[in-house]
Amino acid sequence: MIIDCPCCGPRPVSEFSYIGDAEAAKPDMHAPAAEWVKAVYTRTNPRGMHLEHWQHLHGCRQFLKIQRDTLTHEIFSVELVGVYASGEGE
Amino acid sequence: MTSFRIDKPSGVDFEKPVNFTFDGRAYRGFAGDTVASALLANGVYLFGRSFKYHQPRGVMGAHVEEANALITIGRGAHAEPNLQATTIPVTEGMEVYSQNRWPSLKLDLLSINQLAAPLLSAGFYYKTFMGPTKRSWMLYEPFIRRAAGLGAVSTSPDDQAYEKDHRFCDVLIIGGGVTGIAAGLAAARSGLRVILVDDRNVWGGQMAGVDDDLSGQPLDQWISHSITELQELGAELLSRTTAFGVYDGHVHGAVQRLADVSSHDGVRRPLQRFLKIVAKHSILATGAFENPMLFRNNSLPGVMLADTARHFMDRFSVACGKQIVIYTNNDSAYGAASRLAEAGLNVAALIDTRPSVSAACQSLAKHIGASHLVGWQVEKAHGRHRVKAVSVCKIDDQRQKQRISSDCLAISGGWNPVVHLASHMGMAPVYSEPMGAFIVDPDSLPSHCHVAGPVAGTLDLPSCVNGGFAAGMEVARQLGSTPPDPIEATAMHGFIGDWPMKADVETLSEKAMLDFQNDVTLGDIKLAVVEGYSATEHLKRYTTLGMGTDQGRTSNINAISLLTQLTGQQIENIRPTRFRPPFTPITLGALVGHHVGDHAQPTRLTPMHDWHAAQGAMMVPVGLWWRPRAYLKPGETLREAYIREAGNVRENVGICDVSTLGKIAVQGPDAGVFLDRVYTNNFATLPVGKARYGLMLRDDGMVLDDGTSWRLGENDYLMTTTTGGAGAVMQHLERLHNLYWPDLRVSFVSVTGQWAGMSVAGPKSRQVLGKAFSGTDFSDAALPIMGVMSIKTASGTILVARLSFSGELAYEVFCPACMGTEIWCDLLSHGADFGIQPYGTEALGALRIEKGHVAGGELDGRVSPYNLRLDGMLSKKKWFFGKPLLERDGLYDDDQYRLVGLISEDRQPLQAGAHVVFGDKAGPGPSQGWVSSVTYSPSLDEEIGLALVKKRALEKDTGMYAANPVAGIHRKVRIVSHHFLDPEGHRMRL
Repeated sequence: MIIDCPCCGPRPVSEFSYIGDAEAAKPDMHAPAAEWVKAVYTRTNPRGMHLEHWQHLHGCRQFLKIQRDTLTHEIFSVELVGVYASGEGE
Repeated sequence: MTSFRIDKPSGVDFEKPVNFTFDGRAYRGFAGDTVASALLANGVYLFGRSFKYHQPRGVMGAHVEEANALITIGRGAHAEPNLQATTIPVTEGMEVYSQNRWPSLKLDLLSINQLAAPLLSAGFYYKTFMGPTKRSWMLYEPFIRRAAGLGAVSTSPDDQAYEKDHRFCDVLIIGGGVTGIAAGLAAARSGLRVILVDDRNVWGGQMAGVDDDLSGQPLDQWISHSITELQELGAELLSRTTAFGVYDGHVHGAVQRLADVSSHDGVRRPLQRFLKIVAKHSILATGAFENPMLFRNNSLPGVMLADTARHFMDRFSVACGKQIVIYTNNDSAYGAASRLAEAGLNVAALIDTRPSVSAACQSLAKHIGASHLVGWQVEKAHGRHRVKAVSVCKIDDQRQKQRISSDCLAISGGWNPVVHLASHMGMAPVYSEPMGAFIVDPDSLPSHCHVAGPVAGTLDLPSCVNGGFAAGMEVARQLGSTPPDPIEATAMHGFIGDWPMKADVETLSEKAMLDFQNDVTLGDIKLAVVEGYSATEHLKRYTTLGMGTDQGRTSNINAISLLTQLTGQQIENIRPTRFRPPFTPITLGALVGHHVGDHAQPTRLTPMHDWHAAQGAMMVPVGLWWRPRAYLKPGETLREAYIREAGNVRENVGICDVSTLGKIAVQGPDAGVFLDRVYTNNFATLPVGKARYGLMLRDDGMVLDDGTSWRLGENDYLMTTTTGGAGAVMQHLERLHNLYWPDLRVSFVSVTGQWAGMSVAGPKSRQVLGKAFSGTDFSDAALPIMGVMSIKTASGTILVARLSFSGELAYEVFCPACMGTEIWCDLLSHGADFGIQPYGTEALGALRIEKGHVAGGELDGRVSPYNLRLDGMLSKKKWFFGKPLLERDGLYDDDQYRLVGLISEDRQPLQAGAHVVFGDKAGPGPSQGWVSSVTYSPSLDEEIGLALVKKRALEKDTGMYAANPVAGIHRKVRIVSHHFLDPEGHRMRL
């Protein structure tokens, strides 16, 4: 699998680390435990299109949101998320 | 020249003899020969024994389709098993061995299995070893393993060289036959970066050496001119390279065979190169394999594919027999027959199962002078170790029989396209009625994959060339290049006129072999169908059809055709079993490349490593790091050494290399806020110049790591982590920052390698530091517990923090890595008067276990702060990451584990990983927990350990044991507090 990193260009999947389901809820800090249980343990595990977080661990270390088909492993979009997502930052 | 060589020019060079051995016997071949051609030329027809019945087997296929002539090359650690004799060029001094025979190839005692054939039918393994005879597998396994098997893998390490490499291209063309060459020409002429791979050592594939013309040019000349043009256009041509699998993201796995045996000149050259080829587009031009015909004894040596017989003659000047009988159901074998006859071989008869054939075929048979039996079939091949005669009969009147003398029965059951690589991509092949085989539907492929030639449903020469060229043009168009003008190749002969006729299952012998590698007969298929295993995937598993290294290359299509007749299904509705990578067996050495032994993973050494090595320290791997385990004095055991080292820390002073601790610079205006969120305890109040011990949790509330963070400046923290946890902690921080709190102004840099770290511990540690850094005040007032100070020197800033892992008065000294050895040696020389000694990880462990400090053995990812009795570190006043899920009641119930200390009652050493149980060795109860760390305690003079034991079990404080049933060890233990020594912490407050 090849991931087209917005910072580094197309790189082999071995440079990346899967972080988790980008569709899972991200509760507020003070949300009740029940919401955190849902966020940590409940996954849809879809067959087909899925949004995922990856990190270019052995590269720019940036966090990416990737739209991927879990059946064919085809990647449809890769975008930068997190601190540098807006293109601002340092 | 031997009697099986014919006087005719070919790919072998009769000027260059090559000597090799087969099962220890010397043979001579010539440069250009394969192992198979050289042995056939020497009159050797017996190559191996079959998998199950140990029947004699010879060469059936021309190249990679060969299912039976499997050999081992080399001996001992260099032995490479399961190679096809047809694919390995013979080289001087090569040692070749047959496989799966005992004690010898000619006298194989296990061929008695042939008599037991009725017992070894479909589903044999399932039927024999299920039900009431559960133990019989264990009883029979050693025998079955010896009886049924391929070549043996060496158990010694393979010290031969292998390589790994990457390739990138616009288009990868798999298959260097005429189709692939034409595709390459079109792509290369468009200016694309082309890689062409083929598993043979000559270009042209099945058509290499075939006597034909292409658009008025001799075919061989067209092939060589095209290859030259491709080279001139900069295409990369990789021969002897098998594209064995297709993976996600247009990645193709290929292995290039550079040599088959190590060179003898002492130069270490790679034998094989594993290539990961990333291609924008790929063209599958993998050609087709000829199918066998089905009759009794069709696996006997001397029975071979018709085009294979032609191939051995054209490529190697080898006559496969002196009296050849051709048996076919299609036109293609007439081309082979004519070619064999032209070369002067005796083609005695042409048997054709079709009721009638074209006039062209009739006149060809007449021209050859062979007896032409149309509408006839072969009933049986006769002979013990090879074919001696053939019984034939008329299909619609089986009383009409003939017996024909023959030593080579050349068979052709039509052609089966090689769709394996498309199957790897998940594509289901579709049935082509005219071809009588499964092909690739181009519309089912992703847009970057293309097919041409037989795989796309064309078999004749001009169609393959034109189709290949068109595929290359299509890739050029899709990539925005200008394709060259199309070509319209024509051929002189073009053998295909009529398509193969399916065999009628009713007229076939049950003993006809379908899968030549796995010994699956028509009878097995029939039995499986009767027993209900009639779906292709079930049939495969029940009968083993299509398994093994062969993956059904020559058997699948025949089996599917018969299966549909037996079950009344339409073949169009059948989905063939999915082919699995690798296409041919791959040596693990090639996949691993040079990443073996010490090079399997990176090695990390601390700045003081050379000093440790010079002292002869016993080293131990910790993750990627190498750390001193103990500094053994002459005659000392490891146990004696660590007891001495730990004792010296308690009594005087010791120094330990802690450079491996993870170190992360956490900086920015919001660094304090960030740390306050990721640590369970309060960090908002940490003043500059102080360090604090902190606990970090995962999302689920379990402990991720622990360590100290030092506040060096207003917005400047230095976080330390455990040696093994450094990477995970860094990623954790980055994830929380990026995905949860991107608004916080904080950044992280791993500085593990920038700092050398050493722990100076013991009651005399203050004096050692005072002497080493004279002029610096290390008094309790100047540097209290958890205090951090920096010392500026000419070479750089040194940090000293008063932290204790050992429980003694102790300091951690961090200095720039380049100063590590200098400071280390400085501290040692100044500490000499105070009895300083270096100590390793073993003593470090003993000291921290005595204090009940947790480390890797306890922090295994399954424990909560409550389990570790660190719940006191959970702030009630603030939110911290992981807090919400700590509120789950179950994390505090009576079945939860609690950290405790263990003392061995009989003073025998405990073992980490042992279970804590009630009851003595005779009647141990269920597990109540586990022992996580053990040591001998010099302070207590006891064998001690830390353990996690169920809260419920701790209510009863007698009758507990540490059990290691695997080693047969059962030790009576006493449960105590995990703070074995100085629970109030007086010793560090000196």
